[in-house]
Amino acid sequence: MVTNVEVKPKHQYRGLTQWGRIFRNLGMILPAAIFALLIFTAIFANFLAPFPYDETSLTERRQPPAWVEGGSTKHFLGTDTLGRDILSRAIYGARISLSVSLLAIAITASIGTTLGIVAGYMGGRIDAFIMRVTDIAMAFPGLLLAILIAVSLGPGFFTVIFALSILGWSGYARIIRGEALRIRNSDYVAQAQIIGVSPWRIMLRHIFPNILNILIIGITLSVGTMILAESAMSYLGIGIPPPMPSWGSMVSDGRNDLDRAWWISTFPGICIGLVVLSGNFLGDWIRDKMDPRLRQM
Amino acid sequence: MTRFIIIRLLQTVVALIGIIILVFFMVRISGNPILFMMSPLSTPEQILIMQQQLGLDKSYATQFWIYIKDLVRGDLGESFIKRIPVSDMIGKALPNTLKLGVPSFIIGIIMSIALGVLAATRRDSIFDNGMKFLAILGQALPGFWIALMAMLIFSVYWQILPAAGMGGIKNYILPVGTMLFFMLPGMMRLVRSTMLDVLDSEYIKLARIKGLPERTVIWKHALRNAIISPMTVAGMMLAGIVGGAVITENIFNWPGMGKLAVESTIGRDFPVVQIITIIVAIMVLGMNLLVDIAYAYVDPQIRYQRS
Repeated sequence: MVTNVEVKPKHQYRGLTQWGRIFRNLGMILPAAIFALLIFTAIFANFLAPFPYDETSLTERRQPPAWVEGGSTKHFLGTDTLGRDILSRAIYGARISLSVSLLAIAITASIGTTLGIVAGYMGGRIDAFIMRVTDIAMAFPGLLLAILIAVSLGPGFFTVIFALSILGWSGYARIIRGEALRIRNSDYVAQAQIIGVSPWRIMLRHIFPNILNILIIGITLSVGTMILAESAMSYLGIGIPPPMPSWGSMVSDGRNDLDRAWWISTFPGICIGLVVLSGNFLGDWIRDKMDPRLRQM
Repeated sequence: MTRFIIIRLLQTVVALIGIIILVFFMVRISGNPILFMMSPLSTPEQILIMQQQLGLDKSYATQFWIYIKDLVRGDLGESFIKRIPVSDMIGKALPNTLKLGVPSFIIGIIMSIALGVLAATRRDSIFDNGMKFLAILGQALPGFWIALMAMLIFSVYWQILPAAGMGGIKNYILPVGTMLFFMLPGMMRLVRSTMLDVLDSEYIKLARIKGLPERTVIWKHALRNAIISPMTVAGMMLAGIVGGAVITENIFNWPGMGKLAVESTIGRDFPVVQIITIIVAIMVLGMNLLVDIAYAYVDPQIRYQRS
């Protein structure tokens, strides 16, 4: 039978040349390299930075980067309004971004996973209660709450982590509850119940290992979100307090000097973009390797 | 269906009550506003009088009772700092936010659907890959930085657009662009991926076999089915727009709700903070409710699962 409808195969096989294969893997190698560089920079910031992050120099204020007229290689990315070396501050900023986001993710993932498994497995009133609280957390405007918290506790490293964590668990709770609900109805959980395994043990030994995939994917995909959220808080002046350099507050430092010193705001923004971009790429890659059906996460 | 709507409505009301209670205590943890409002030289008597005027000398239980009573009566209270009714302040700020939010929302929806559908129908083309690249970039770069860079280019170097404030139509371009930046990438990718799923389905093949023109197949048959999935995230998108508005208004000095929210929180103006939070919560919860009902209407499975 001949029709005029051409049905293309969903995934066309394309023979890859050697270069093609390298190019395709570049999508993973490059982000991984940037991320490795971020971790390296964060750990060895003291040795890498040419200047201390808080060393001001009134004679060298608003020096342009090395390749712009009037710039020197002494301050490769130029200096800010107080004469601080932007490269050094960006290097220390890596430490802030990484530590804040990793700690916040550790807290939110633990709380969200626990609540999600309990809600999904226990069901009934416990489930309804946890899900209502999750609804509230999701409907609460996060940035407003973050401002409230920062004002009440005073800006600081742990305030930022607390503000990011207090609502951040809700996404994990919702996704993991769905998974736990699905696993609860599986045969091996039913068998465990029949031989009298306690609910807590079922949740820990039978459900938790089976949601690990989703958890790992969720964690890698949220690195970028957390770094962006921290930088937004620091930009609004409610994040990491000065003189500690956070990329977000560095962008904000240059806000009033846009017309005469564009480099103060520009470079920290590029740092945020590069790191978040590679975090998202790595997350996508891990998701595709582990569980392609989660494309929508 | 009625049962489902009633249950969902009750759940929404419970969540709203939760937020109303929570915000009352949250703002009070944030410290005593009196210390901000009076000079360090004022005597204890002056401070006491001030506290009595604002009603802060009463116990938390009494304050809470007054707060709930006023809310039920529709009295939104009075700003601690400006001493004018909160309803007046909201009445001034809300239209400004809507002037920014509504055009952004409409342009955002139209653009994300158009671009998402075009990308899906031209899968793996230069256009598709270009859009994908832009979306990935858009989700990685901080919005406040993009806004500053746009300001740098258009207001400082080329001087063709104003950098801040309200006024003519030119004042809208940069803020609306920033808002779009917060919405577009996620929505566009979602439209594209659901559209791809739909285009792969049997009824689309049937529509093509029937010999319908490709334009009808895509923009009528496929789009109608593809639009459901992006609809479900409309609530979360709204919460994202609120966050985007806070940042955009503060960057461009736009006298709307976002700017009011930041100023009143930092100034510990409790009545204003409470009302803004409640308004935002009503919007987001209401949106989620509408979406759930619409979704249950379309897909019977959900109705039975939840109730």
